[in-house]
Amino acid sequence: MGFRDPNTEPIKKVSIIISKGSLEGIYPGLIMANGARAEGMEANLFFTFFGLDAIHRKRIEHIKVATVGNPAMHIPTLLGGLPGMSALATHMMSKKMDELDIPPIPEFIEMIGDTGAGMYACKASVDMFGMSKDDFVEQVSDIITVGDFYDMAAGGEIIFT
Amino acid sequence: MSTATYAGVAVTVNDEGFFEDPSVWTPAMAEEMAKADGIDALTADHWTVLEFMRKEYFEKGTGPTVRVLGKNSGVDVKALYQLFPKGPAKMAARLAGIPKPKGCI
Repeated sequence: MGFRDPNTEPIKKVSIIISKGSLEGIYPGLIMANGARAEGMEANLFFTFFGLDAIHRKRIEHIKVATVGNPAMHIPTLLGGLPGMSALATHMMSKKMDELDIPPIPEFIEMIGDTGAGMYACKASVDMFGMSKDDFVEQVSDIITVGDFYDMAAGGEIIFT
Repeated sequence: MSTATYAGVAVTVNDEGFFEDPSVWTPAMAEEMAKADGIDALTADHWTVLEFMRKEYFEKGTGPTVRVLGKNSGVDVKALYQLFPKGPAKMAARLAGIPKPKGCI
């Protein structure tokens, strides 16, 4: 059973912005981009600020769950700040995701690249962190300005995560 | 729900065109549906995917996700999107006469 109102046009294109560098900040945007391609939509991903960690060659392997300042973790902030807590929470969540057939972030980025989705890094953030194109995984095709982003997003939906 | 005629046979399909009863499907129907979807002729790779879809469906009760297709069907993710541009899991499931696969990945 479809959920779309038959009087509406299906979404044809999405531009998804990933602005956070925690595991829970990165996955939703990746799942939405991958899902958009699976539905036959055009999809582009834009990584900005700490979201750049998701496409950073070295950091992509070490994305962690935020255990401090996250009330939905349901553990006291002081406990969340103990050494190893973030690694433990990440380990537990990764295990659960593996059971649900959700790929780890490096594999997911590779797979989304293979679906034909575009991946771009935000120029302002890249300059601010002193990074360059060599710092990013091969799926990233360019470093672009906010103006380029709006040009590319034209005619589709923009999703900020 | 509505009725569609493929290869001269009337079949019941849902709002999105997926078969209600996978057992009535025949390969000739897939050829005809593919043409309507803009695929001139189904290649050996298309058939590898369609057969894998049906096998998974009858074994597990649901069609595979794109990730599973890419890992286990023998056709990788990049090629899957070239073969089925409207979304591999969804499009291949429809052509294979099975319900739309559930799952977000």
